[in-house]
This record gives sequence, C-alpha cells and structure tokens, in this order.
Amino acid sequence: MRSVRTKSPPLATKAVKPALRGLTRPQLHELHYLMLLNRAFDDRISALYRQGKISGGAFGSRGQEACSVGSAYALEEHDVVGPMIRNSGVILTRGLPIRKFFANYLGRATSPTGGRDGNTHLGDLSLGIVAPISHLSSLIPVLAGVALTFKLRGEKRVAITWIGDGGSSVGDFHEGLNLASVMKLPFVLVLENNQYAYSTPTSMQCAASKFSDKAAGYGIRGVTVDGNDVLAVHHAVKDAANRARSGDGPTLIEAVTMRMKGHAEHDDAGYVPTALLAEWAKRDPIERFRRLLRSRRLLTEEEDRATEDRVAREIEKAVMEALSDPFPDGPTALDGVYAERSEDRGPA
Amino acid sequence: MVRPDTGTRAAWASHSEGRSAESESPELPTYIQGITEALREELERDPSVFLIGEDIGTYEGAFKVTKGFLQQFGPRRILDTPISESAIVGAATGAALMGMRPVVEMQFIDFISCAWNQIVNMAAKIHYRWGRAVPITIRGPSGGYTHGGPFHSENPEAWFCHVPGLKVVAPSTGWDAKGLLKSAIRDDNPVLYLEHKFLYRRIRGPLPGPDVTVPIGVAEVKRPGADASVITYGSGVHLALEAAAALAAEGHDVEVLDLRTLRPLDRAAIVATVERTGKVLVLHEAHLTGGLGGEVAALIAEHAFERLDAPVMRLAAADTPVPYSDPLEQQVLPDTARVTSALRTLLDY
Repeated sequence: MRSVRTKSPPLATKAVKPALRGLTRPQLHELHYLMLLNRAFDDRISALYRQGKISGGAFGSRGQEACSVGSAYALEEHDVVGPMIRNSGVILTRGLPIRKFFANYLGRATSPTGGRDGNTHLGDLSLGIVAPISHLSSLIPVLAGVALTFKLRGEKRVAITWIGDGGSSVGDFHEGLNLASVMKLPFVLVLENNQYAYSTPTSMQCAASKFSDKAAGYGIRGVTVDGNDVLAVHHAVKDAANRARSGDGPTLIEAVTMRMKGHAEHDDAGYVPTALLAEWAKRDPIERFRRLLRSRRLLTEEEDRATEDRVAREIEKAVMEALSDPFPDGPTALDGVYAERSEDRGPA
Repeated sequence: MVRPDTGTRAAWASHSEGRSAESESPELPTYIQGITEALREELERDPSVFLIGEDIGTYEGAFKVTKGFLQQFGPRRILDTPISESAIVGAATGAALMGMRPVVEMQFIDFISCAWNQIVNMAAKIHYRWGRAVPITIRGPSGGYTHGGPFHSENPEAWFCHVPGLKVVAPSTGWDAKGLLKSAIRDDNPVLYLEHKFLYRRIRGPLPGPDVTVPIGVAEVKRPGADASVITYGSGVHLALEAAAALAAEGHDVEVLDLRTLRPLDRAAIVATVERTGKVLVLHEAHLTGGLGGEVAALIAEHAFERLDAPVMRLAAADTPVPYSDPLEQQVLPDTARVTSALRTLLDY
C-alpha cells in the first residue's frame, strides 16, 4: 500500500521524540499537509464543478478536514476504511493518487471506477478502501462484516467508517452498529455531527442531547470530541482502534463540527444562519492547528509556506493530468456487471 | 400434512409417497437434504465458506437445514445473528470483500425485503462499480401452499431478476437443490438461491455426489414432449409434470422445461422447446403481473415467433397477496387442475 503517512519507526528511535500528544514533529507536519491537501482538493473540485467540468454532484468537506484526516491518520496500514461523501481527506490520507481521485470526479477511464461512479464513490482494497454508496448508513453493516472477518481469522485489524448526524437516522446505522456490538467486532464508527443534514438541523434528526449517547443503547463506548481539533480526533480514533484491536469491541465517536458550505455545490445553504457560520469560522480546523503548531514552535513560517506550495503544486499537477486522461469508451459500459475473472478476488 | 382432496396436493403427495419405486422411493433423500448436504460439503471443502443467519446455530434453523452444523463446524463457521436482515447481508458483503464466501440464510425469504438495499444497491453493484467480486449466496425458504399467509408465502424472484449483478436460481428437485447450491456458493457473484419450502420434505430423489454441481444458467427438460411445452421452475415443475401425466393418458405429449436459473435465463433452451412443440404455457407460482412469465414470453416473441403455433399462454398466482385461509390460498395459487385446463386450451388451439 502506498501511503503518505510517516511510518512508525521514527517513534521507536530516540532521535525523534513525540512533540505533541504522542506525535512527532514530522507527523504533525504531515497532518497539517493532509488537511491542507484535503481543502485544496475540495476547493479544486468546487472550481471544476463551476467550470462545468464535473457532470455529477460535487461534495465538499470544508470545515470537517480534521475529522477525516485525524481519524484516517490514526489507523494502521492493514486496517480497512469505508469513507463517506465528506471524507475525501480519508481517501487522500490512505494514499490514493490525487490524479486518480480527480479522475473519478471527472468520469475518466483511469479512475478507480473507470467512470462507472463519481465523487468519493471509489474503492481500492490495495489501500484498504471500501467504496460507499449514496444510501446513508449502508456502509456500517458492510464494514462490520469486514471487522467480522478480521475477528473470525484472528487478525489484529480494525474496520472503520463514518456517518453524519443525518445518516444516523437510517436503519442500517442501528442494525450495523448493533450487530458489531453484539459480536464485539473490531469496529470504529465516527459520527461527524456537522449540524445539518442537507437542510435539516440536528435538532430534527435526534432527540438525544449527544449523538454519542446512542452508544449506551448498544452497550458500547461512546465519546464526544471536538471535531475541529485534529489531535483530539486522532487521539480518540487511535484509542478506539487500540481497544478494538485488543478485543474490546466497537466505539462510537461523535466528532462535533460544522459543514461550512452547502450539502453540495448546487446548494447555497441559505437556511444556515450566517451568525452560526461566522462563529464556526473562528474554529476552522486548519487555522487552529496552524496556530497551535506555530505557538509551540513546531512549524516555522517557511515550513508552513513550503507545505502550502507543495499542496498547490501537487493539486495543479494532478488536476492537469486527470483532465488530460481519456474518457472511457461507451461500449465498455456493458462489461463487468458480473465477476468472471479470478483476479477480482484475492486476499484483502 | 398433505391432503389428497385437491389436485395440487395430490400431486405433491404422489411425489412424497412414491408411485415409481426408482425415483420417488421414500428411502431416497429429500429436497431439504440436498440443501443440507451442499452446505456441509462446501463448508468442508472451503475454509472461506461460513454460514450466517438467524437461529441457524443452536436451534439449527427454523426448518433444520443446519442440523448438527454448530457441533461439526463451530461458532466461527455457523454464525447466529440478531434479527437484522439488512445488517446480515451487509456484513456478508463486507466479509466477501475480504476474501470470504458467506452463505446467508433468510429464515423465510419474505424477510429479504428488509435487506433490499444491501442486495440491490450494495452487493449487486460493487463489481460493476469498482471491480471487486462479491461471492455471497443468499438462500431461504420461499413459496406458498403452506398456509403461511401474506408474509410467509412469498416468491420474490421477479423483484431481483430485474437487478443487474445478481444471479437467481430456483431448484425444483433435490438433485438440482444440491447441485445449484454448490454452484451458487462457488460463484464469484451474489446469488439468490430460492428453495421451495413446500418441496422440502415432500420431494424425494437421488442427490449428486460431492464433486457434482448443476451449472447456473442452464435449464433442463424434465419431461420431453412434442405437442406443447410448459416452461416453468420451482413448484411449477411438479404441477406441470402432474398435468403432463394426466394429459398423456389422453394421448397428448407435453414437454416440461425447468428453467432452474431465472437470471440469467437459458434463452437457447427456451427457444429449443418452442421449436420442438410450437405451443407454450409459461407457469409460475409468483404473481402474474411483472413476473418472469412476461420475460419468457417476450424472449419467445423476439427469438422464436415464427415457430409458434399458438399464442404464448401464462398461468401464475393471482395478483393478490397470498392469503392465509386454505380455500383462499387455493384460489390464488396455481394448481394441477388449472395447469391441465390451460394446457388443454393450448393443445386445442
């Protein structure tokens, strides 16, 4: 698996000591880089949509980058993730080439789905990514099944997926989480409470005071964290994954955050009070993390600028390549409805 | 139990009680034994196979299909779950992505509606969308004639035959039940395996050995004939055989084609039987409207129209839910008398 993550050995050497909450300076820089990459990717998708280059929907995660990056960064290489629509940061953290990700939005033959599906709906088991479908909460039972396999085979691996406040109202949230809890599976569910499900506020979605309260009904651990604090999210997921790996079963993590744009690019989110957006803007996860690193002298201005430049370069290169990638041939649409070749299967 | 006072039930009774010692002897295994044997042999053969469902372990299944399995294979291969059809299919899909070959039991096939989204949107579309195989088998007792009422009598095949990415099979004999289930488990795609619970212990016949499978996508002529064809599957095969036997006494020679696989349909076999007889009755226990019969009739119109000597006829369950009370259920579901009568109309055309 190709991963942009810093491998663990630096932690084991005495030369590189953890600088902040168990993370080394290079790791902190990588979190910063990945959140910037997440935002730059989403911004570029938005621009491509406005240019008419994306024929389908374009979904962003502005304001929620810490949820995706912080949680995906807490995983091991052989863990399996099921990202949802606002988890482009998860896909990028797992190391999918940025060009391929753009190509998926652009419907190109070179994308993981070859143009058969768009946006974040992509899977690549060599990176441990299971593709979502549009139907919310459907991945929860599927990732529970991934976790079940790890348990049956005695593998120390974890399955994780994400859901929103709105998605928690769908039946598979209950069925999947209940199954994982009863079977005590190595499973982590991150619930990104971003205040709105399309136009519907959280208050119309759930009567409990906290979404993590739902965990009690399943007899599992539930925690609520600041979803705009990448280190808090990272720590919570790392802890949950460790518990899952050691046989303690699932954890439900509520990450409280804010969707800073509409449901998708077509939606101006006029139903969200501007004062609320202004309040959350002060808590922007990327600016917060940047201020923290700078105040602790863990990131110089030069390093910060260099990271911004790197992200801009990588995004520009990837998008140009993806835009020059070929579209699939129409007649290939009829292929592959059924699995016939043995290479479709294999150890995962 | 079987009551000999109706045509349909007499037909079932003749199969279970045995008129010909060779093929219908009570000593021969039942249809349900074919299912059990296939599951046991595939569990023994392939360590990636496991069974998952409700009450299949300690209780050994509502119909005892998995009798003795928990003792033989243990709780890592025979998994009891909460009552969560959607989560069971979803979890099976996740396991299949990880290289396992799960077999899901729906306690009654009627409950498969609760797993609709996981089957048609998740499992069926994965290979097309991102190229990973999803080798899951979903099996369960379907069909009526058991006074099961509106929620324990369903024949859901048409719902699923519409879905690209799924395969659907419906065996009518113990031989096919065993051979098709082995093929379903070994197949790299989601396969819906519809076993008929009325046939479970009423049908007896030989079973194939451990290395024999019945291929998916291949129909079988269960009775050759020259004057008319019944194209059918599942319970309909037995009604058709009974009707054909009755008409043989009158000098008519009726062919019975058992589709066995409903998606993909064996088009060549359908065309071939039309070419042999020129007259077709399509018969199924599921409802008439939107049923497989319409698809079969359309295939014949497209590919064998000029070989027809009569319009294609359809006989199916009425377009009502399947009612509970005996006279109501008899009114709604096809029976031998109605099949015989429809065939007479066809033969006289």
